[in-house]
Amino acid sequence: MATLENLPSAGTERPIGFGRLKRKEDARFIRGKGTYLDDIRLPGMVHGAILRSPYAHARIVSIDTSRALAHPNVAAVVTAKDLETLGLAWMPTISYDTQAVLAGDKVRFQGQEVAFVIATDEYSANDALQLIDVEYEPLPAIVNARKALDPDAPLIRDDKVGQRDNLASPTWEAGEREATDRAFAEADTVVTRDIIYPRCHPAPLETCGIIADFDPETGQLDIYNGNQAPHAHRTVYAHVAGLAEHMIRIRCSDIGGGFGNKVPVYPGYVCAIAGSIVAGVPVKWVENRSENLMSTGFARDYVMHAEMCAKDGKITGLRVDVIADHGAFDSTAQPTKFPAGFFHIVCGSYDLEAAHVQVKAVYTNKAPGGVAYRCSFRITEAVYLVERMVDALALELKADPIELRMRSFIGPEQFPYETTTGWTYDSGNYAETMRVAMEIAGYEELRREQAEKRARGELMGIGVSFFTEGVGAGPRKHMDILGLAMNDGADLRVHPSGKAVVSISAQTQGQGHETTFAQIVAEELGIPPEDVEVRHGDTDRSPYGLGTYGSRSTPVSGAAVAVVSRKVRDKARLIAATMLETRPEDLAWEKGRWYVKGDPEKGAMIEEIAARAYSGEQMPEGMEGGLDAQVIYDPPNLTYPYGAYIAVVDIDPDTAHVTVRRFIAVDDCGVRINPMIVDGQIHGGLAEGIGIALMEVITFDEEGNCLNSSFMDYLIPTALECPDYELGETVTPCPHHPLGAKGVGESPNVGSPPAIVNAVIDALHETHGVDHIDMPCTPARVWAAMQGRPEPPQ
Amino acid sequence: MQTPAAFEYERATSVDGAIASLQRLGPEARIIAGGHSLLPMMKLRLANPAHLIDINDLEELSYIRVDGDEIRIGALTRHVELLKSELLAENLPVFRDAETVIADPVVRNRGTIGGSLCQADAAEDLSAVCSAVKARAVIRGAGGERVVGMDDFHVGPFQTAVGDGELLTEVRIPLRPGAGSAHEKVERRAGDWAIAAASAAVWLDGGTIADAGIALSAVGLTTIHLTRAEELLRGKAPSDDLFAQAGAIASEDCSPTADGRGPVDYKRHLAGVLTARALTRATARAQEARS
Amino acid sequence: MNVTISINGEKVTRDVEPRQLLVHFIRDTPGLTGTHWGCDTSNCGACVVQMDGEPVKSCTILAVMCEGHEIRTVESLEVDGRLDPVQLGFHETHALQCGFCTPGMLMTARALLDENPDPTDQEIRTAISGAICRCTGYKNIVAAVRWAADYEAAAKQEV
Repeated sequence: MATLENLPSAGTERPIGFGRLKRKEDARFIRGKGTYLDDIRLPGMVHGAILRSPYAHARIVSIDTSRALAHPNVAAVVTAKDLETLGLAWMPTISYDTQAVLAGDKVRFQGQEVAFVIATDEYSANDALQLIDVEYEPLPAIVNARKALDPDAPLIRDDKVGQRDNLASPTWEAGEREATDRAFAEADTVVTRDIIYPRCHPAPLETCGIIADFDPETGQLDIYNGNQAPHAHRTVYAHVAGLAEHMIRIRCSDIGGGFGNKVPVYPGYVCAIAGSIVAGVPVKWVENRSENLMSTGFARDYVMHAEMCAKDGKITGLRVDVIADHGAFDSTAQPTKFPAGFFHIVCGSYDLEAAHVQVKAVYTNKAPGGVAYRCSFRITEAVYLVERMVDALALELKADPIELRMRSFIGPEQFPYETTTGWTYDSGNYAETMRVAMEIAGYEELRREQAEKRARGELMGIGVSFFTEGVGAGPRKHMDILGLAMNDGADLRVHPSGKAVVSISAQTQGQGHETTFAQIVAEELGIPPEDVEVRHGDTDRSPYGLGTYGSRSTPVSGAAVAVVSRKVRDKARLIAATMLETRPEDLAWEKGRWYVKGDPEKGAMIEEIAARAYSGEQMPEGMEGGLDAQVIYDPPNLTYPYGAYIAVVDIDPDTAHVTVRRFIAVDDCGVRINPMIVDGQIHGGLAEGIGIALMEVITFDEEGNCLNSSFMDYLIPTALECPDYELGETVTPCPHHPLGAKGVGESPNVGSPPAIVNAVIDALHETHGVDHIDMPCTPARVWAAMQGRPEPPQ
Repeated sequence: MQTPAAFEYERATSVDGAIASLQRLGPEARIIAGGHSLLPMMKLRLANPAHLIDINDLEELSYIRVDGDEIRIGALTRHVELLKSELLAENLPVFRDAETVIADPVVRNRGTIGGSLCQADAAEDLSAVCSAVKARAVIRGAGGERVVGMDDFHVGPFQTAVGDGELLTEVRIPLRPGAGSAHEKVERRAGDWAIAAASAAVWLDGGTIADAGIALSAVGLTTIHLTRAEELLRGKAPSDDLFAQAGAIASEDCSPTADGRGPVDYKRHLAGVLTARALTRATARAQEARS
Repeated sequence: MNVTISINGEKVTRDVEPRQLLVHFIRDTPGLTGTHWGCDTSNCGACVVQMDGEPVKSCTILAVMCEGHEIRTVESLEVDGRLDPVQLGFHETHALQCGFCTPGMLMTARALLDENPDPTDQEIRTAISGAICRCTGYKNIVAAVRWAADYEAAAKQEV
């Protein structure tokens, strides 16, 4: 009978090191034996639920909790007043702003947290929410970022001393203003567009939640949480709650998707912790889907005005002005020095003469957030902008969009390339990747088919995007979050039997770390992946690091694991030299074994070296026993994966319904540790890109009511909307990464929305004169564009 | 997850028993069959019935059969059965068209035709289907049965002719010669409610349309029955031009509201396009059936 | 009220409120947290189990409605240490990443193959269109079901 071990397999390879290795973590998930947050039950545990504001902007006149407290299953009802006594009514955000944990004076977005109920069970907690009476005095709401700075706009953050308007973050600039002005002056062609990247939401399938378990006797706070950055959270809680950091332990459960949604510290977490500290029992809080969509970290919401110029058929300059809608509190996550994240990579993959970017952030009466959903710190917004502008320029120049890109690309000989906005791209051969995509797509054939279809009145579009992004934040001299350096650690222990445990700072939410990080150790040391256990997610048992987002696992944690493995290998060399009675420089390495150069029969396998390291036998001079090593890795730079994407869409000429018929994605993420996992990451991101391009959006009416607060109206693609993706690869190693790997998790979200929107416009430009459309390209919005009335989303 | 408020529950063991319970418990009692309209509303606390009467054991209400010159469908028949039924596919292919695009395959295992019709959401597809095929609804109460046409069945948004203490038990569809039917729907994503949908049935006699049934989903407060378009078609020979005219009437005679699915002008446009398409396919099927 | 539900062939009896949803009844049963939930509006499919062999959304069924019916969850797929071909297929083709949608997808796939042992890719996509996956983009899930179908066809031939 077939079992997991001996089933007939398409490939029988079980690589030691890099390669297509099936995942170790599958064993529990395919049996339904994962441990997600809501699966955890602790003795004596009680349940929290949050009462949320129905208004986008309103004064709180009174809160009456008496009816809820009278419910037999309710243990407590917490309001801002109660939190004030603990100093927890407000908390700092990652952007150095403050955010209300529970609203006291005012509510500032629909869905904002107003009260926290603790009850014996979930159903009673939900019932109790109906029994809390809050009197509100509604105020006018601002939901349009463009209007947030109007002189008569209501002041949202009147809690902040000295705040006189709705500016969240003053204008931040990058690039060279004068050089850009010169480039535009000398250009022969200029195009201008107003481009919106609408608000959307990462919506992982598992919502956010926490179990806080404070032991009053020991003072230990145990937290269970699906959390992309557990160490950072621990430091934040220590600071916010005035607790001793060494007495806080965060254990990450299996996480049902993160995508940036599980990076922030949410008010619900703080309420659960406060509740447990006060009540002395474990408190569980798990949000429902409406709460997730209405109040947790959304993504994007950039209102952009851009100009691009060209000379002699080549792109020469770019100017971008952005209003960033941060919602009611500024809680975006990005390195301190970069309040607009990495948006200034908007110069893209092109050898520009100059570019200039300015971004200002505003408050609105909407949920806080902005940096999420595989955005690489705003690179999704930047690449969307530049790739849409390149296509706009192509229309103006009547040039093929691929040819225009090829003419304007940074050439392979120009790497490492310093962009006009301050980035140093590590390596790239863009034209080659673009050519591979064209070949897989059959680009010439597609253009022929398009012409034939157009003659028959059928609408077909081919859209291209080429992206360069920067991931793996980041070097400590440039990048910190809340003053914490964005370095990651790795801790490798090889046991006497030759089995190993590697503890890492990264935190998987499905990316396959339990397999890929074992593969890195296997590649470096020759210990089979099944003999390497990957530990992460427990702040007591893993080294300090800033977590997993911004595609940083491979570039930072992966590098750390490679470096620590090499440290162990170097130590093993010294021990092997003693064992073999030779000098270390006389030894050569083949995977898993040090052997004597010139006498290869004479060698020591890593397992033998490990046994020796713990034995009573003689060790090399000055060396302690054991075969362990620890490292903190400070990346010298970001890494810069890139890719060429081509989308083929068909549009029903009468109903304006868009179908993505084909999607070709050729990614260059440097060396691939496990190509199967890389492909899987790309598939998932492409589906998300299709969602963003065609159907995912969070909108509000004028009163600030959120119109997409359930999966009935926040639409996510099913298997029927996604084509059978066609993937290709080129491999241009990263020169500064120990493995030559770059990381890939966010690339598909970065590259796919502009390819699809470019395809929609390509389908409609000649026949209907469409030269711009904003996302999402729903049938109604596409139809309006076809009528000559493209409308921006609300 | 959001959870419903508390309620009392009983299982009906017979149709008359269910009706008796409805009478006894009054308007605070609701029937639950598939539950995929009612339970989501209860979780969101938009509906808070004090009593639920579960009729899922009433197998006698689940059937699709020919009875004389009618097809009769029991109210408890699940969407998946309507989708799979070869009897319906042969005689009234509009049902299979619609079921392919109603909700998703998993929901279709539970939802029922009775539940869909009684939910009376204007965006609901089967209501338009039943209107187009000239179906009649059988409503049973303590006093006996009455049979009601679709126009009278659909009273208003989320309101039907089924009164307190009554139960929809059956849907009856006439079988007449020369029939062809089709359903056309546009949605933002598979499984979504219609932005607009059109059901059309035609009955051909020789080269002309003897009778037609056309109804629209999601473009009014309730299902839109296009009587004016039907009148236009009767006695005429089918043609693209004729169907375009019917489409123009559809655009005029519907009353869509703007919402997340689309603005008014687009919905009117869709109503026209889908009416013409549904009529074209219905006619092709009728012509195929004859040949 | 007291209710007895047959889950994976075993009778589970508990005193519950009529409003308790089947998904919670299942998850409150020791060892059965493999059935998940992800939304409030019956859209996401994380809660899919089989009722009398058909995939259903357990978040939209009351526990009390299930007395007299057979409920089957993901935990029933492995029998005596042998994994079901759909489980093998998902592992083989990397059809899961975070694993949260996986139990619902597995139960849907199992039901599909029980009814249609040789589905086309389009039929597979339609069958799983009631469930959302955020991680895989569906391509490998389709491949997994295809793999399991081929595996079962080959196994039948050998018999």
